[in-house]
Amino acid sequence: MAQVPAQAKRKNPILRTPLPTLPPHKRSRVALGLTAAAARGALELQVCRDCGAVQYPPREVCRDCLSARLLWRPHNGEGELVAETVLHTAQELYFRERLPWRIGIVRLDGGANLVAYVHERVRRAPCRVRVEAALDRAGQAALFAVPSIGSTDLSVDPKLREMTCDPRARKILVTDGKSVIGQAVVRALAAAGADVIWVGEAEPWKKIAGAAKLRDLPQVTMVPLDVTDSVSVQELAGEIGAKVDILVNTADCHRTLAIGARGALDAAQLEMDVNYFGLLRLAKEFAPLLKARAADGPANAIAWVNVLSIFALSNYPPHGTYSASKAAALSLSQALRGDLYAAGVRLINLFPGPVDDEWDQLELPPKLSPIGLAAALVEALQGSMEDVYPGEVAQDWLARHRENAKALERELSEGNR
Amino acid sequence: MTARGGYGDVVLAAPVTVPYVRYSIKGAHWFLGRALAQLLAAAKTPKQRIDGLAVASFTLAPDTAVGLTQHLGLTLRWLDNIPMGGASAVVSIRRAARAVQNGDAEIVACVAGDTNHTDSFRRNASAFSQFAQDAVYPYGSGGPNTSFALLTSYYMRTYGAQREDFGKLCVAQRNNALKNPLALFKKPLTLEQYLNARLVAEPLRLFDCVMPCAGAEGFLVMREETARDLGLPFARLLAAIERHNAFPDDPIQYRGGWAMDRDELYAKAALAPDDIDFIEVYDDYPVINVLQFEDLGFCGKGEGPDFIRANSFEVHGTFPCNTSGGQLSAGQAGAAGGHLGAVEAIRQLTGQTLGAPVAGAKYGLVSGFGMINYDRGICSGAVVLAAD
Repeated sequence: MAQVPAQAKRKNPILRTPLPTLPPHKRSRVALGLTAAAARGALELQVCRDCGAVQYPPREVCRDCLSARLLWRPHNGEGELVAETVLHTAQELYFRERLPWRIGIVRLDGGANLVAYVHERVRRAPCRVRVEAALDRAGQAALFAVPSIGSTDLSVDPKLREMTCDPRARKILVTDGKSVIGQAVVRALAAAGADVIWVGEAEPWKKIAGAAKLRDLPQVTMVPLDVTDSVSVQELAGEIGAKVDILVNTADCHRTLAIGARGALDAAQLEMDVNYFGLLRLAKEFAPLLKARAADGPANAIAWVNVLSIFALSNYPPHGTYSASKAAALSLSQALRGDLYAAGVRLINLFPGPVDDEWDQLELPPKLSPIGLAAALVEALQGSMEDVYPGEVAQDWLARHRENAKALERELSEGNR
Repeated sequence: MTARGGYGDVVLAAPVTVPYVRYSIKGAHWFLGRALAQLLAAAKTPKQRIDGLAVASFTLAPDTAVGLTQHLGLTLRWLDNIPMGGASAVVSIRRAARAVQNGDAEIVACVAGDTNHTDSFRRNASAFSQFAQDAVYPYGSGGPNTSFALLTSYYMRTYGAQREDFGKLCVAQRNNALKNPLALFKKPLTLEQYLNARLVAEPLRLFDCVMPCAGAEGFLVMREETARDLGLPFARLLAAIERHNAFPDDPIQYRGGWAMDRDELYAKAALAPDDIDFIEVYDDYPVINVLQFEDLGFCGKGEGPDFIRANSFEVHGTFPCNTSGGQLSAGQAGAAGGHLGAVEAIRQLTGQTLGAPVAGAKYGLVSGFGMINYDRGICSGAVVLAAD
């Protein structure tokens, strides 16, 4: 892939748009444990609960003691690059279109061998490296070795950059720029080097000071978009849909009602119309356009981002109807993710805890600032993950959910946030 | 190490090759069926007399050896499926030898063959094993090229081998192949062409890599008495070893299972490496030849480069190796690549060579290596054969 230009060039309309190809996505079920961790940006390997042996490739039974109790555990990835090669031929079209590839074998300090991509900043083998996990364009875990000291910047390496969705020089649609979260997201994307940002505005007659100031950003163009109106979504898709590289869905309707409260049904319908049906309307119009441009040179369509809520994992009764709408959106996003991955477009879900905005006014701290949420969103695009849980509360709920989902349900129903 | 039970009067006979083609529209059954027909013709034996069959093939799916019995109309009392690629001939010989020695079968046909469609290599590489599918193929889809590039670069760095050393082996094998009418490569190869060929996976270039093709190989295993009865020239089986997943804790493969078992091999054969007149090694990439030279005791570990520089590997050289050209110059017909050396060794020891004979060859060593399951070859083995 060519270097990403600071400003995307206008496309030559005579040339055929290349069709997307993907790295091989087939994995055994046990190997998907690696993908599950990489989706959160983590490297996890199986460790034998009985003898402690670290395992790789993923397997069903311990290579040392034959125990079947293999647990996925975080690993620091430290080891030695034992040997390397640069591949100049490939069987699969995806790799063939991007030759050559630097690949090595890393001996972990714990004693397992990892075949991995090698970052171009790594010295020639043998040398110390650290292995990290990313997601490739097919959405599967891909291991890569980086220098053992210093930070990891995937964007430096043209091959590994394809595992990211860096907003730099990209054309981005933010579906709602009026909320404090929407405003923060637009500003963060502009600061991260976005080329063009279309900012959706549902009710132009409602003047909001912070949102109005977005017009001062040179990248920003305000566009009419009401995700509850199929025609509005369709019209915007017709106008700009074929240019959008990244779609960031910030459209959100949040009423703080328990399910038995007066007005809960109306609130629920409104929330569903924005949070669930809004996503569905966007998916219907924009997903085919993003997929069609998934391999459109260096300015291709690469990502779809949803701002969901940690309440999507388990219903938080004081926000009962809102939780349900976000759970519906989460479920829908899983179907959309599968659809987009067929073309190599990544879907990233953010699961923030309570945000410091008007709708979470009564939530006790710690709360996530809109700026913190926007920073996590940009970081997710620059890195390589698909599920992001920004902030302390989201991390806390995630840990509780992963350890015991039923316990979290009980705790929340008893008002124990 | 003490020699375990010997092979007595077990012999190998009727070496056959179904001519290789780069691509074929036929199925594996066609090539295996042709191999069996050629075996029967060579042995002047009716099909009914064959009561044992050992099969190696990558492209027989969904069938195994079982399906082949009905496909080929065989009624057998002994059947084995040997999915061990480059080690399959050695393993087939070991299995078949015990069967005929103990009377479970009288004549075992050992056949290996594969077809090669235009997309076969990719299909095979992408689903070669669970580990390969999960943890190697998604990294560039290089298949065995990637794995052997890693082993080769490690070997070169650690033991000082040069590209010219591997080149010398490849050029010698090509010279041997030019005398073999069934070899797919018909043109001479110069060291310069070898060194300047296009890059495949650094440090490997084009002529370091076998060319996948379609074809089959076969031979018969029986007791000496049976061979004499059929009037077949034969080679005796003196010794055999096999080993799977040797040295699993080595950080990278720089030695194979032969290093564990070679003392037993030579003890059972009552021979020393110096007594061997020619060697047929598994050679999908030249680095693996060198590992076999070392691990089978022809030189010490790491002495491979000096050994190459001190020897010549043509049929008439100081160390005749892969005398029919090996896979590197004859072609790699899938699992038949594991049988190529055994078939050539039987030809050499029975005076039936297609190409040039090794003068006065009495003892031949056939070595097998197979199945890059993840980061290394898992199966290894060797047999020592003797002229009658």
